[in-house]
Amino acid sequence: MTTRSNTHGGRRVGAGRKKGSVIKEPTTVIRIPESQKPVITDFLAAYRRRQSAPLQDQPMEFERPIIAPAKRSWPLFSSKVAAGFPSPADEHVEKRLDPNEFLIDDEEATFFVTIQGYSMIDSGLLPGDKAVVDRSKNASIGDIVLAVVDGEFTIKLLAKNKQGAPRLLPSNQSGEYRPIEIKDGMQFEIWGVVTGSFRRFK
Amino acid sequence: MSRSIALIDVNNFYVSCERVFNPKLAGKPVVVLSNNDGCAVARSNEAKLHIPMGAPWFKFQQIANEQQIIALSSNYALYADMSNRVMRILNQFSPDQEVYSIDECFLDLTGFQHLDLLQYGQQIRHRVAQWTGLPVSVGIGASKTLAKLANHCAKKRAEFDGVCDFNQLSPSQLNRLLAELDVGEVWGVGRKLAVKLKTQGIYSVLDLKQANAETLRRQYSVVMEKIVRELNGISCLELEYAITDKKQILSSRSFGIPVTDMNSLAESISLYTSRAAVKLRRQYSVARMLQVYIRCSPYRSGEAFYGNSLMVALPMASDDTRVLVKHALSALKKMYQPGFNYAKAGIMLTELQPKSGQQQDLFAPNQDAKSGQLMTVIDVINNTMGRDTLQLANQGFKRPWKMKQEHKSPSYTTKWGEVLTVS
Repeated sequence: MTTRSNTHGGRRVGAGRKKGSVIKEPTTVIRIPESQKPVITDFLAAYRRRQSAPLQDQPMEFERPIIAPAKRSWPLFSSKVAAGFPSPADEHVEKRLDPNEFLIDDEEATFFVTIQGYSMIDSGLLPGDKAVVDRSKNASIGDIVLAVVDGEFTIKLLAKNKQGAPRLLPSNQSGEYRPIEIKDGMQFEIWGVVTGSFRRFK
Repeated sequence: MSRSIALIDVNNFYVSCERVFNPKLAGKPVVVLSNNDGCAVARSNEAKLHIPMGAPWFKFQQIANEQQIIALSSNYALYADMSNRVMRILNQFSPDQEVYSIDECFLDLTGFQHLDLLQYGQQIRHRVAQWTGLPVSVGIGASKTLAKLANHCAKKRAEFDGVCDFNQLSPSQLNRLLAELDVGEVWGVGRKLAVKLKTQGIYSVLDLKQANAETLRRQYSVVMEKIVRELNGISCLELEYAITDKKQILSSRSFGIPVTDMNSLAESISLYTSRAAVKLRRQYSVARMLQVYIRCSPYRSGEAFYGNSLMVALPMASDDTRVLVKHALSALKKMYQPGFNYAKAGIMLTELQPKSGQQQDLFAPNQDAKSGQLMTVIDVINNTMGRDTLQLANQGFKRPWKMKQEHKSPSYTTKWGEVLTVS
């Protein structure tokens, strides 16, 4: 039996994982793109900090957001993450189309009524339609108006006779409806101007 | 330079609302009855001769028949909508507005003194009349108390044509006018107080104006002293500040830090509503309407300003925190606009009625007994353990009740199925 010298094989001084190595678990080697090296280095640093934190076996306490009295600005990304382009659509964000906006000029002065009968069908007002009545508008000849004649509401075209007295004209070619002549002693008032209408089919 | 504060109110508000949608009521005596048709709460000028305010209706039915008085059930949804319209229109005439009740508001017109305020007042009347069909009266004075009295004169005296500006009268003219007004007409002087003042020889508004403010403070209170100063044209009551008027309950607060998000506003509104509800129950009343308001600070320059208030008609008079909070929050949602720094929010309970006098409907569950008991328990616990010990968590609540309202007009402006039908 020969005593083998210690110069070959066996333990080599200084070999193996260094004592006090920062990573206290088995490690392996992988190839990463050079460009990502800082990201991975940062990640590992964070990982180590977490590993070395005391009370590891305690349930993790998440940091609660503080309801701060003053606004605090938090940096969105600290570093190394490139922010994307701002959306080119951002500048073009507009309010979605709103039928109210289309139909109503002065909300405070606008009322709706339901159309009954066929006297105004040639002006596009069918039975059941909702008419938009705007009281802020001054009525002119030729306007569709909601008028009050002797205590009764009616929707008609506003006109004048030769003497200048108001007349209310139906809008129906059948001739079934007669114009309403406003004579002295009749109670007459223009309640509002009809500025639009709408209906649903379904 | 004295200030120009206007008080604008709608003449016979409920009746006038009804007339807008029912022109046949024009010129006829009309009364509007309270919840469940209990008593007369509004009267047209023609009906005032025959029916006293608050008259129990069953006692006056015969007179009503003889006089052909038309009685209508109250249509609070309509009144609330018309009120909101009027207040927004009035707000176009001055940014400094205090909506004081469902049918009246103060406007600070001091910044408009370069205009002829009588003419400005006529413009206000004209715009409100054209846009809503409602008649308003405008009273202007150097203080809120004077504005109230000017409004009284604008309404009662035909020569003013609906607009009365005390600032445009000479001192002797004004005093002559005030000498003709009963001291009980002064804002904050109740009927009882008026009797007491009269025993001291203070009969007219002028007597009170010329009384010694210090002496009255010692005899009565600081409020009385303020009234006297206000009558002398020294404005002591800022807009948004009201004298002890139990006809409404206010709960509001300025935020220490501007609030921007809906949730925080909702929390404050819930809190103020529950505090107001406690006050309401303490005086054994129920509220028929509530108003919620939010606004930014008008004093921060360079910041976008937004302010809004909304009047809501409750389905029935209530003192239940849950019901009140639910409606207050839905009003808040309608008004809330993101992107503003809100400085103040508040709630007002109004159209108050004594709880005991609340008419119960035989066939519909009114506010059930359990609700009353629950509210009492909450109040007791909060009294002993500290305010807000017990709070509301849920507001999921729906009650398909229907009041007895035999003569109610349609909800012309708030229900599609009930808008006017016109041929």
